[in-house]
Amino acid sequence: MSAILSIEGLTVGLPKGADRPHALSRVTLELRAGEILCVVGESGSGKSMTASAILRLLPPNVAIEAGRILFEGKDLAAATEAEMRAIRGAGIAMIFQEPMTALNPLRTIGDQIGEMFRIHTDLGRAETDKRALALLEDVHIPDPKLAMRAYPHELSGGQRQRAMIAMALALSPRVLIADEPTTALDVTTQAQILALIRDLQRRLGTAVLFITHDFGVVAEIADRVAVMQHGILVEQGEAAEVLQRPQHAYTQALIAAVPPLTAPPPRAFSSEAILRLEGVSKTYRNGGFFGRGKRVTRAVRDVSLVLPRGGTLGIVGESGSGKSTLARCIMHLVKPDAGVIRLGDTDLASLSPAQLRASAKRIQMVFQDPYGSLNPRRRAGELVAQGPMVHGMARGPAMARARELFALVGLDPAAIDRFPHEFSGGQRQRIGIARALALDPEVLVADEPVSALDVSVQAQVLKLLAELRARLGLSIVLITHDLRVAVQVCDLVAVMKDGEVVEHGPIGRVFEAPEHEYTRSLLASVPGRDFALAKGAAPLSRV
Amino acid sequence: MRILSLAGRRLAASLPSLLIILIGVFLLLQLAPGDTVDALLAQMGGGGDAATTAELRRFYGLDVSVPVQLGNYLWRLVRLDLGFSAIYGKPVSTVILERLPATLLLMSASLSFAFFFGLLFGVIAARRVNGWQDSVISTLGLLFYATPSFWFGLMAIVLFSVHLQWLPAGGMESIGEGFTGFTRVMDIASHFVLPTLTLGLIFLAIYLRIMRASMLEVLTLDFVRTARAKGLDETRIITRHVLRNAMLPMVTLIGLQAGTMLGGSVVVESVFSLPGLGRLAYEAVVQRDLNTLLGIVFISALLVIAVNFLVDLLYARLDPRIAREGS
Repeated sequence: MSAILSIEGLTVGLPKGADRPHALSRVTLELRAGEILCVVGESGSGKSMTASAILRLLPPNVAIEAGRILFEGKDLAAATEAEMRAIRGAGIAMIFQEPMTALNPLRTIGDQIGEMFRIHTDLGRAETDKRALALLEDVHIPDPKLAMRAYPHELSGGQRQRAMIAMALALSPRVLIADEPTTALDVTTQAQILALIRDLQRRLGTAVLFITHDFGVVAEIADRVAVMQHGILVEQGEAAEVLQRPQHAYTQALIAAVPPLTAPPPRAFSSEAILRLEGVSKTYRNGGFFGRGKRVTRAVRDVSLVLPRGGTLGIVGESGSGKSTLARCIMHLVKPDAGVIRLGDTDLASLSPAQLRASAKRIQMVFQDPYGSLNPRRRAGELVAQGPMVHGMARGPAMARARELFALVGLDPAAIDRFPHEFSGGQRQRIGIARALALDPEVLVADEPVSALDVSVQAQVLKLLAELRARLGLSIVLITHDLRVAVQVCDLVAVMKDGEVVEHGPIGRVFEAPEHEYTRSLLASVPGRDFALAKGAAPLSRV
Repeated sequence: MRILSLAGRRLAASLPSLLIILIGVFLLLQLAPGDTVDALLAQMGGGGDAATTAELRRFYGLDVSVPVQLGNYLWRLVRLDLGFSAIYGKPVSTVILERLPATLLLMSASLSFAFFFGLLFGVIAARRVNGWQDSVISTLGLLFYATPSFWFGLMAIVLFSVHLQWLPAGGMESIGEGFTGFTRVMDIASHFVLPTLTLGLIFLAIYLRIMRASMLEVLTLDFVRTARAKGLDETRIITRHVLRNAMLPMVTLIGLQAGTMLGGSVVVESVFSLPGLGRLAYEAVVQRDLNTLLGIVFISALLVIAVNFLVDLLYARLDPRIAREGS
């Protein structure tokens, strides 16, 4: 098959002072008609930069230094800005990662899709509207007529991404670039969007350049794969070939980091409960002035769970399932409306505010965002020592403790004088863990501790959690949307949907013989499920 | 409908603040030494025996306790009666109505001027960020912001009225010329050019800085990249996608600054001897004319509430997310 888009020796320079001289160096790639080519890599690999370079939407100070980008016989690297504008949207269209922010919040969906026709064609208003509506029907958005008049905030994440796809496909482009289009979505929505892209691609014959960090997604939809590392294309080939017999060491490492979907053999833990939730409920009421706009959200409904001492309980659910509210209830950051939360023998609700603060050291939290959860103006060591100092430890011993903890979580103890921005994402999450451990908690609540991290870093952080659990006898509540994360470290799992626990039990049982319909659909939606299962059953021979 | 109910709620919510303002000012003025009668007697050349003073106090309702005075005042206000000005010898509402047009004209002209040019220069500065246009605009903005408005006014009079003799130095219109129709409009307009510029320049400087900053922020957002990927040219990206989003902070600021602008008009009205509310307020304070002062506070508060109300409506119109939150 002939190539529609071919990139030849593309080199993109970074501004002086960046961590490397080139964002991309001598990348040569070919996108053929009617295929889905997945470009895979971790953050900083240059995969998104490749997409931006094709459309010449590079950030300021970043420029193409050498190479050609041939599209329909024209070199895009040398095209004028006006020529590029004619190609953007019409010849090559793009969809982005974050459907929430990629649409203008102040204009209706219909208007934003119609804009494609207004820019590139002379169609009248009625015809534009008709086509926009047809596009929305094509991407199976529920109630397309209503969606035409809706503003982005009135749609769910999946619906917004469907609208984005409809917009990108408006002018039947030859090439569609999809930059991590499903990363921000829930797993069931992700499965639907992937199926939609696959279906539309087959129907329309569009060539798709699909950028992702997730080998599960690759296994799901790719015809061919290109793997990138530090701006260099290290391997490319047929999807089955690359997945089964990766040649380059980096590809092998990436594929090895893909978590298997089978639970490890059950571990022994105490039968004594360290944390017990009994009928916990939390309802958010949005009352407001003059009793207007009353909204009632039953975030958590009658949840009863037990965390045994030394065990790990995974709470799995999609966005809006109430799992984060439940975590906040456990931490007593929000007060549950009903139910009892017992830490050991203590009923947390019965404590006075002062006692509650004192008991805070028994249960600590690790947050999702390693960038946002550390104060950027304070040194890493101080952030870790702050907890013990608040609870009465002198500064000297607290800093010494911080140093020990740094060593414990695998960071250089000398790094306590550095600021958070001097650490990488994975290192920052280690600081977050050190901070939580500083008070010797009995229970650690980890709210999506790895979802902002690259796959290989994810594996390291999860391994660290498992080690710490064994070494310190910690009990962990792990909140995650990703079943693949849960299966790696959890002993018990509870699946939440609309505030309720629909199924819970030992992780091996829930994964192998799910009882509830929703659990089954969650498991079926995991991208590259067959690949992951096959991998779990017969591990690849590692080099 | 959503917008209307939102508007109704905002109006209802502003009533308590109006009441608090009035009571606060009333009590504050009680703390000042002397009352209307003292000022009146001083104006008449002092003296006056105890009996006359008591008689006058009874006439103006100043002989009862403070809470009763306040109650009386509020009760009259409910019946839309602003009381009688002892100093001017006419009802307060008449006094204020005579002065209101000048202030309204000055405020709306300055606001439109500051809004329009602040927007324009802010957009230009953001489009050419760190270029010479940006430097010139930002420097001028800083200059306008740092210069006191009375000095601006005086210098403008020196230059345009005294030296160049292009524009009148003060007053609201030429007296005794008997202009009518269009000539009169042009005459008033020429009288308002300098005051408008003087009052508006500071606000222009603020708006242009806000506009520049929010334009730069919006330009980095994802949907701008989407618009580029659709093949829009830069002009249309600005007009169709960036401008409306970037205007939101500026619109908020207008509502917040309506009060400041009213305060600033005291100085400008004094410099250009415009018969406006600001100067009236100043005179009322000096003469202890409690009724007039309270009337002005009442009307000013109404003005600020009205401006904020309009801004809320505009905001709900500009940003569909607001109207939804309220309902």
